Amino acid sequence: MSILIDEKTPIIVQGITGDKGTFHAKEMLDCGTKVVGGVTPGKGGTTHLGLPVFNTVKDAVKATGAEASITFVAPAFAADAIMEAADAGIRLVCSITDGIPAQDMMRIKRYLMRYPKERRTMLVGPNCAGIISPGKAMLGIMPSNIYMKGNVGVISRSGTLGYEAASQMKALGIGISTSVGIGGDPINGSSFADHFVLFEQDPETAAVLMIGEIGGAQEAEAAAWVQKNMTKPVVGFVAGLTAPKGRKMGHAGAIISAAGDSAAEKTEIMKSYGLTVAPSPGEFGTTMAKVLAGIKPQRMSA
Amino acid sequence: MDIHEYQAKELLQKFGVAVPQGLMAMSADQAVYAATQLGGWHWAVKAQIHAGARGKAGGVKLCKTYNEVRHAAEQMLNKRLVTTQTGPEGKPVQRVYIEVADPFEKELYLGFVLDRKAERVRVIASKHGGMEIEEIVAKDANAVTQILVEPAVGLQAFQAREIAFDLGLNIKQVSRAVTLLLGAYRAFRDCDATMLEINPLVVTKDDRVVALDAKMSFDDNAMFRRPNVSSMFDPAQSDPREAQAAEHNLNYIGLEGEIGCIVNGAGLAMATMDMIKHAGGQPANFLDVGGGASPERVATAFRLVLSDPNVKSVLVNIFAGINRCDWVAQGVVQAVKETDIKVPLIVRLAGTNVEAGRKIIEESGIAIISADTLIDAAEKAVAACGNVHKLTTH
Repeated sequence: MSILIDEKTPIIVQGITGDKGTFHAKEMLDCGTKVVGGVTPGKGGTTHLGLPVFNTVKDAVKATGAEASITFVAPAFAADAIMEAADAGIRLVCSITDGIPAQDMMRIKRYLMRYPKERRTMLVGPNCAGIISPGKAMLGIMPSNIYMKGNVGVISRSGTLGYEAASQMKALGIGISTSVGIGGDPINGSSFADHFVLFEQDPETAAVLMIGEIGGAQEAEAAAWVQKNMTKPVVGFVAGLTAPKGRKMGHAGAIISAAGDSAAEKTEIMKSYGLTVAPSPGEFGTTMAKVLAGIKPQRMSA
Repeated sequence: MDIHEYQAKELLQKFGVAVPQGLMAMSADQAVYAATQLGGWHWAVKAQIHAGARGKAGGVKLCKTYNEVRHAAEQMLNKRLVTTQTGPEGKPVQRVYIEVADPFEKELYLGFVLDRKAERVRVIASKHGGMEIEEIVAKDANAVTQILVEPAVGLQAFQAREIAFDLGLNIKQVSRAVTLLLGAYRAFRDCDATMLEINPLVVTKDDRVVALDAKMSFDDNAMFRRPNVSSMFDPAQSDPREAQAAEHNLNYIGLEGEIGCIVNGAGLAMATMDMIKHAGGQPANFLDVGGGASPERVATAFRLVLSDPNVKSVLVNIFAGINRCDWVAQGVVQAVKETDIKVPLIVRLAGTNVEAGRKIIEESGIAIISADTLIDAAEKAVAACGNVHKLTTH
């Protein structure tokens, strides 16, 4: 197993006929993802990359039974695309778009709440690298060849730092069940804690690596959840120890503006909740290797 | 993005927020003329910079004559003002704001902030104005009223009334405060602000409720739909290197250290800086070249990093996903040939087309120190400026 997506998940690409949509839809198909169609308003009825294109997400869901979607849509129209997918009954939406206004995100989050919990859409991102369950499916833009199939779950705000972690682990022979990029924006669709819940339930995941950043309270909340509910070991890291206060470090959400926002504070919080903290970003792999070596054999069921 | 006080007040006034009468001036002559146009007997001359705590730093002067206005403007203009919020280098004062200074009875605090945890707009108000919100909370946490706004319907009149009564206002003042609160919320929402602080909000003898100061910050991501706000951008208030970087769609932040960094991805850029510190060095900058870094962009990044005289070595760390290592390598080679680098250059490439990238660098014949991993790269970058460390204490 894996979380969120596997080789059976039917996926549509919103914005499939654009440059980015085309390029990444191909990459997704190349690594075995079950892409069943795309949506571009006005191009319904045509085919692209050998896949049917629809005018609306509702049409696409009706015709293909799609359960997940990835949106390659410009910031000005991204909120609309995400809400359209939610209304059409898509259970998982991944938004790659960097630059969605924070007030739009505020409205999207409220909009998703209007559906009962059983059919509520999970949004991953925006401003993220997406999701990959190595060897099964990819709903994202990462270089799939650096990922190896295995039993470690990864949750990262940053895309490239997620790649860094995957390659460090691969070099040590440690593979990944699913890697999720939750994005670098101040308000994002799903949090670290949302994905910890899924990794805890996933029998193929033996341990989880969470890579946070400065800004916001999500890392601290997740660490508290981990201590209370997680039976699997968790390795944590927070990037931005050298970041100055009040400056946005690339990501709109990576800014130290309140108490508890800094990397040093978040690292201390993680430690106090019993997480194993990687001493530096060069030691994701070695720290995870030590943690995995400490797990009793029967828990390594994957 | 930040704007000046006078711009925030102009904007708020359009949404029905009461502000004192005032005029902006860029010279002492203009300042005196502004005072004559405004009339009255007392004026405040206020330095316009993108930072607070101006009062204690001499950036706000109360004047009783035109001569005093002239003198105050001369003292402030074309100098750098250092406050507790600007950092030691201060901010340049190129504009002053001349405002009619009416006496007031009470100083209150009012703030709106986009609360990322609550995912709503939070309104914060207190009876104690004129000092930092942190001080207010420390002094009397019970005197702080907070309300979350439901984004679908916006701030409601009853919420504004609750805040106004909590501020201890009389009924006449309450109705004016409600108008101000609702107007300020609409300005916040309709301009995609992330922060609006009116501190102090004052109550006058004749029961008017007036924004005596105003600070606003906006969501950079929303500027595509807010030309009225983005046109107020004042490049003089930001670091010239950062402004230059922004022009090329690069994300640069200058720091105090000596190892220049060129990295793709914000998270990896931060982690590279952390790794340098872990290895015993100090990063000179944050720089994210972003996805799809063309040779031209990499070359621009080099020029930017090398324009910092403190830089003793440069570390390039690229983990290519959408980027391709061969492209980045071409950019590095092109930049080295163009920019005449005199400091050691460490390059670590990983990800898509890494072999082709390494080959380009090897065959270029340029003196480049190659590194395989993040740790290796940081250690080599620190070692390359090792003699610098022996001279300094940190």
